[in-house]
Amino acid sequence: MNEVQFIGINSIPIVALMSTFMGAVISLQTASNMDSPLLPAYTVGYITQSSIILEFSPTIISLILAGKVGSNIASEIGTMRITEQIDALEIMGVNSINHLILPKILASVIYFPILIVFSMFLGMFGGFLALVISDLQTTETYILGLRSWFDPYNIFYALTKTVAFGFIIVSVSSFYGYYVKGGSLEVGKASTKAVVISSVVILIANFIITKLMLL
Amino acid sequence: MISVRNVNKSFGKQQVLFDVSADFEPGRINLIIGQSGQGKSVLAKSMVGLHDVDSGQILFDQRDFTTMEKSERSEIRQEIGMLFQGGALFDSMTVEENIKFPLTMFTKMTKKEMQDRVDFCLDRVNLQGRNALYPSECSGGMQKRVGIARAIAMNPKYLFCDEPNSGLDPKTAIVIDSLIRDITYEYGITTIVITHDMNSVMEIGDKVIFIHQGKKWWEGDRHSIITTDNPEIEAFVFASEFMKKIRVSLKAHNS
Repeated sequence: MNEVQFIGINSIPIVALMSTFMGAVISLQTASNMDSPLLPAYTVGYITQSSIILEFSPTIISLILAGKVGSNIASEIGTMRITEQIDALEIMGVNSINHLILPKILASVIYFPILIVFSMFLGMFGGFLALVISDLQTTETYILGLRSWFDPYNIFYALTKTVAFGFIIVSVSSFYGYYVKGGSLEVGKASTKAVVISSVVILIANFIITKLMLL
Repeated sequence: MISVRNVNKSFGKQQVLFDVSADFEPGRINLIIGQSGQGKSVLAKSMVGLHDVDSGQILFDQRDFTTMEKSERSEIRQEIGMLFQGGALFDSMTVEENIKFPLTMFTKMTKKEMQDRVDFCLDRVNLQGRNALYPSECSGGMQKRVGIARAIAMNPKYLFCDEPNSGLDPKTAIVIDSLIRDITYEYGITTIVITHDMNSVMEIGDKVIFIHQGKKWWEGDRHSIITTDNPEIEAFVFASEFMKKIRVSLKAHNS
C-alpha cells in the first residue's frame, strides 16, 4: 500500500496538470493547422484523441514519471545502501531485492495503467476546454471527433506500453540505487543515471512495441 | 562458538585477508581491533556473509557458513544480531516498527507477544516509551541503543557490533559498552565487536584479536595487551603521548 501511495497516488497531481495542459495545446495546435476547407471540423477531435491515446499519455507521461518516480526510487534505495540498511536486511536473512524492489514493480505495473487512463481522460478534457473556451468548436463537433474511428485496440496497445514502461522505470532505477557504492554524491549520480537510462530504454522499447503491435 | 579457519579474501587483485584463523568464544566479548584499512571490517562482514570469502571456513557452532545453501544461511542469519556503525535503522519506520521488523518477518508471534517483546527490548536499552519516534528524531546514542534493541529482538546467539562507539561522546560510549557487556553475559551470546576505541578494549575486551596488514597479528585479552612487547600493538595502542605515559606508569607499577 505504501508503494501504491508513493508510486501512484503521489503522481496524480503532476499527471493531471501535464495531461490537461498538453491536451489543450495538442487540440489548439491541431486546430490552428486545419485551414483546409476539405477537412471536416471534427478532425481536430479525432487527431487529439489519437495523439493522446497512442503517444502522449503512455509515452510522454511515462517519461515524466521516469523523472519523478525513477529518481525517487534510485535515491531511496541508494541511501538505504550507503547507510547499511540493505546490509541490515541481508543479515536478518531477508532477501533485500524481493523485499525492496518487488513491491515497487508490482505497484508500478498495476498502478501506471490506471494513471495513464486517467491522463487520457484529462488530456481529452483539456482539449475540450481549450477548443470550447476559445470558441473554436462546439462541444458536439469535438465529441464527434473523439468518437470517430475510435479503435479499442489502441487502448490495449497504449496500456501494454505503459506496463512495459512501468517495469522499465522501476527496474532500471532500482538497479542503479541498489548497486550504488560510495556516499551521497554517488547516490545523486545514480539517481540522474537512473532517469537518463530509463528514458532511453523507454524510447527504444516504445519503438519496438509499436513496430510489433501496430505494423 | 564461531571459528574462522584459514580465511583469504581479495577484492580484484588486492588481497585483504591472508589466512586468518581465530576462535570467538561463546558468552564472552571478542574484540577485533586494528588500524583503519587493515581488514577487520572485511573479516567481520565475511563472517556474516556480506562478503564471500575466496577460501577458508567460517563455522557457527561447527556449521560451515561458506558452503551452505541460501536457505541454510538464512536460518543462521536469524541467529545473528548486528549493530551497525551508523545504526542502519530503517528511516521510514518508527523505533517500534524497526524492532518489530524481524519479528514480523520470521516469527509467528501474536500482536500482543510482539508488543511485549518490543517493550522488553526497549526497556532493556533504557528507551521506554520512545516507540513512536522516527530514527531522524533520535540522537546518535539513542540510535545505537535502538540498534541494540533490534539486534536482540530475535534472541540472537551471535551479536556483531561494528564500531559501536564511533561518533559518540565518552559517557554515551561507556553506556553502550555496558549494554553490550550486560547483554552478552546475561544471555550467553557470542559477541564480536569491531573497534579501535581503546576505552572499549579496556572495558569489555574479554578476548582481543589484533588484525594487521590483513593477518591475525596478535591474540590476547585486555590485560595482556598492556604488557605485550609486540611492536605493532605498541604502535597502535600507545600511539598518543598520553597513552605512552600510561604505559610507562603501568610498567613501573607492575615491576
